[in-house]
Amino acid sequence: MLNNFPLWPQQASTLAGHVDALYIFLLIVTGMMALLVFVCIIFFAARYRHRPGVRAEQIEGSNALEITWSAIPFLIFMVIFVWGALVYFKERTPPTDASEVYVVAKQWMWKVEHAEGQREINELHVPVGRDVKLIMTSQDVIHSFYIPAFRIKQDVLPGRYTVEWFRATKPGVYHLFCAEYCGTQHSGMVGSIVVQEQAQYEAWMNGGSTGPLSASGEKIFAELGCATCHRTDTPGRGPNLQGVFGQPVQLEDGRTVTADENYLRECILDPGAKRVKGFQPIMPTFQGLVSEEQVNALVAYIKSISANKPPGGAKATASVVAPRHEPGETRAQAGERVHAQPNGSQVQ
Amino acid sequence: MSMSMTTPILQPVERENYLNKEYGVWSWLLTTDHKRIALLYLISITFFFFIGGFFALLIRLELLTPVGDLVQADTYNKLFTMHGMVMVFFFLIPSIPAVLGNFLVPMMIGAKDLAFPRINLLSWYLYIIGGVMMLHCMLTGGVDTGWTFYAPFSTSFTNTNIIEAGLAIFVAGFSSILTGLNFVVTIHRMRAPGMTWSRLPLFIWAHYATSIIQLLGTPVIAVTIVLVAAERALHLGIFDPKLGGDPLLFQHLFWFYSHPAVYIMILPSMGVITEIIACFSRKRIFGYHFVAFSSIAIAVFGFLVWAHHMFVAGISVYSALVFSFLSYAVALPSAIKVFNWTATLYKGSIHYDAPMLYAFGFLGLFTIGGLTGLFLAALGIDVHVTDTYFVVAHFHYIMVGGAVMGYLGGMHFWWPKISGRLYPEGWARLAALIVFIGFNLTFFPQFVLGYMGMPRRYYDYSHMPEFQVLNVLSTAGATVLGVGYLLPMVYFLWSMRYGKPASDNPWNAAGLEWKTASPPTTFNFDAEPVVTWEAYNYEELDAPHKEGVPVAR
Amino acid sequence: MHDSSTTVVHERNGEAHAAHNPALLHHFAEPQQQRDAASLGMWVFLATEVMFFGGLFCAYLVYRQWYFGDFAAASKSINMGLGATNTAVLICSSLTVVLAVWAAQTARRSLLVGSLALTMLLGLMFLGIKGIEYRDKFVEHHVPGASFSFENEPIPGHPGQYANARHAQMFFSLYFVMTGLHALHMIIGLGIFLWLLIMAWKGRFTPEWHTPVEIGGLYWHFVDIVWIYLFPLLYLIDRHP
Repeated sequence: MLNNFPLWPQQASTLAGHVDALYIFLLIVTGMMALLVFVCIIFFAARYRHRPGVRAEQIEGSNALEITWSAIPFLIFMVIFVWGALVYFKERTPPTDASEVYVVAKQWMWKVEHAEGQREINELHVPVGRDVKLIMTSQDVIHSFYIPAFRIKQDVLPGRYTVEWFRATKPGVYHLFCAEYCGTQHSGMVGSIVVQEQAQYEAWMNGGSTGPLSASGEKIFAELGCATCHRTDTPGRGPNLQGVFGQPVQLEDGRTVTADENYLRECILDPGAKRVKGFQPIMPTFQGLVSEEQVNALVAYIKSISANKPPGGAKATASVVAPRHEPGETRAQAGERVHAQPNGSQVQ
Repeated sequence: MSMSMTTPILQPVERENYLNKEYGVWSWLLTTDHKRIALLYLISITFFFFIGGFFALLIRLELLTPVGDLVQADTYNKLFTMHGMVMVFFFLIPSIPAVLGNFLVPMMIGAKDLAFPRINLLSWYLYIIGGVMMLHCMLTGGVDTGWTFYAPFSTSFTNTNIIEAGLAIFVAGFSSILTGLNFVVTIHRMRAPGMTWSRLPLFIWAHYATSIIQLLGTPVIAVTIVLVAAERALHLGIFDPKLGGDPLLFQHLFWFYSHPAVYIMILPSMGVITEIIACFSRKRIFGYHFVAFSSIAIAVFGFLVWAHHMFVAGISVYSALVFSFLSYAVALPSAIKVFNWTATLYKGSIHYDAPMLYAFGFLGLFTIGGLTGLFLAALGIDVHVTDTYFVVAHFHYIMVGGAVMGYLGGMHFWWPKISGRLYPEGWARLAALIVFIGFNLTFFPQFVLGYMGMPRRYYDYSHMPEFQVLNVLSTAGATVLGVGYLLPMVYFLWSMRYGKPASDNPWNAAGLEWKTASPPTTFNFDAEPVVTWEAYNYEELDAPHKEGVPVAR
Repeated sequence: MHDSSTTVVHERNGEAHAAHNPALLHHFAEPQQQRDAASLGMWVFLATEVMFFGGLFCAYLVYRQWYFGDFAAASKSINMGLGATNTAVLICSSLTVVLAVWAAQTARRSLLVGSLALTMLLGLMFLGIKGIEYRDKFVEHHVPGASFSFENEPIPGHPGQYANARHAQMFFSLYFVMTGLHALHMIIGLGIFLWLLIMAWKGRFTPEWHTPVEIGGLYWHFVDIVWIYLFPLLYLIDRHP
């Protein structure tokens, strides 16, 4: 019968079980608290129903009781808080070698581009058992990429990238919903996450591809003349982009930022904002000249010409994620560095 | 001046009171009597309540079937937007403070009126002007951004009349600010001799805390609306990324007010419930000072948790941690109140009159609503359920199950004082029961719907037909709830003409307001009271010669 | 036990029966209570105004932190001299307000009328100078919107670098909203003072009752203080000699 009246969606990701476990714990704890209160109320209401000649007993209060029923709930709340935070850390920390998928949201559809080049609309094919990281932006208003079966959701913002990740555990087709009201067809902005066995997924991948996203990026890089200034052979008018992804970059104004997706995107669309130290402010802006998909492709290309494991070790991903330490850096410094991030992550 | 000959109940000649002192439209529209102003508010907010309720009905009817077949998508989007805006800004936020607060605050502290009676009247006019603007906005197409009007959709994408709706809310916001200002000054400066802070009814403490929030929070949404309007009219780009702005800044500014706003909605209701429980248990509230300071704590902490509406919006993990922690902190004073109310029942002498039934309903529904807040404050869970029907169920449990139950309970409790008449007790108990049942049927299924993954603000769920059963249950509940709300409208109106005349203190309740006539004279007290007793002096009131049985019926 | 709001009848300055004072409103027990209520009311109202401007200041501070150089360049383009003059004008007007209150307290009617008039004059001067500044911005195409232009403006302290026009436009958006709202409050203040002036001219204020002058003065001081914050924030970003 539980199949006909489910209380929660299927668990189809590694995270789902953790979220449901906390949910069940909360159901039990809050259920008990509610029961305790309700039983008291009903019992007192009945037991102390007014009877002629019987008067109420005036009780001022009890400090001991107040402290007890403040302290115990507070302790319970702290347990829930910590548990919830631990699940949240998992949810917001993509593994370093997750495969990447770019998502562009627009009213009212999801445009998906795999790094390998596959494009989809309102659908996302992924292999079971592999970490997948979604790098998402919006062309217009705020949307939200919600997969109930995976228990994940992340708002998708215009003007910056946000990141979400998962590892699917069960082949199948799962709902994808837009969960941030975005206009007329908000309820139509639904799709499917198609989780396939590895072999099936490979077959799907090979069936018609335009080549990896980074290859398109390389083409755009050439077409737009980026290579004129960003040379790899000799020092050019622009910084050498080889190996730059994930590395710290010193800016003209003295700050140091990490060259993550948001930084690269900002450089393309708003080159004056965070100029690299030692270079003239001559890069033109490509705002309006490149689409979001093209920006994604360029970013994918620049990532591809960085070494797989950059010398520093940690590859910092999009700035909404908990910052990784650079070697020799304390947690506070990592936070400082992330805080000095491009446009996206400031208001926190 | 006395009743006509066709009145079924023989009336003695009526004493002069605030209702019959002067007749005529202008005596009402230009009144400075806080009691008349309270009634002006009563009529206006009831009007908006039914408008907002009508929109809710249409929403629930649409959701009976998975396909969007009742209204078009744009219409539905306008329906939930207007439902939210009307209910939040034109019903819930004014409701108890503007009606019961205006009526009772001066009397409860022994004053003749509020500190600034003309500003009180101005408050009402501002509310009406805002209301008329909102009505005009609705009649000329409405707004479709959701009541939260997030940027950049509201600033750069929608074609609906945001500026008018925003200005309507701005003006109504001023009404709220001035009400809060009046209460704060009144409570500080106009207490009767002997009415120390510790002798104040907890209703007053609750309204004091509410007023602090109204004063400090509302201006922030006012300036947010100004910025949105400026951006729309002048293309300024404060929140639009294409022009260098940040949409998250909007969310921070918006929620900085809108979270404390929910405490504006619930604190007064808690104050009402406290008065009712004390009276119908015939004893002083357990832990008076703890309840009083909890109200203040809720007001203070309420300002520190706003970003728990933004856990998936793109804030940093560290911010999220801080706000989650603080959200648990703000839950604690509410829990403390629930425990104190429950403890008050212990060894009481409990009567089951309609106000008390509403109080019991409040205790049940507010507890559930509050506990589900714990789910939402848990970061790991919130990621899954935010922006789903789980949140919708949570806030309706608190706002409707909590605030509206308190409002109705208070209306019943003080009705004899306000109107000089008794409402029909049998019908009132029935209505309370219907509301309780209808409410649970409407909103409990929505918790399940939310965890199952049904997002908010969807008019068509044909891709997920498995959600239909719960939606049908919810709509069925909504119709029952509607009946429960209509009944008091009918019998309160009936009682004004045919209800049994009430004595000055039909409940034998504590509180200075019960020492006035029912209905009171314009200046409330014949002579300024001098208070020498503690609040909730039920022991005295139920002293042996009175037998402790309230209600002269 | 009495606290501050009890009705202990004072006998002060020959004021034997509080109830006969025509200015005492019916719902107050005595004039002191009425005065206290008015004063507290105005302070509470000013607290709400602090929150109102505070939201704006927050938005401003966020963007200033992100786009500091561009904001500095934009700030340089608004006339510091005029801004400083306006600051002096407002500070003087606060002085005249204090004079007015003292005059009311000490039954100096001509000084009261004169001070109120002078305050208004200074207020009008402020608005006039503001008008000139706005006109300058309009002429220079620094008003946000379709005709906005901010090219080749160097960033102070960073030779060779030029401000980003989009970010500079953000500065000007906030500049106009903040100073515009401030000016609106000034205009309302002028309206209040006009009314005070008329009442003072008719001799309605006495040492026993001049509450409107006091609370009107409080409002004016507040508007002044907002400007004291606006001036350095908007005009003095990264100014070099």
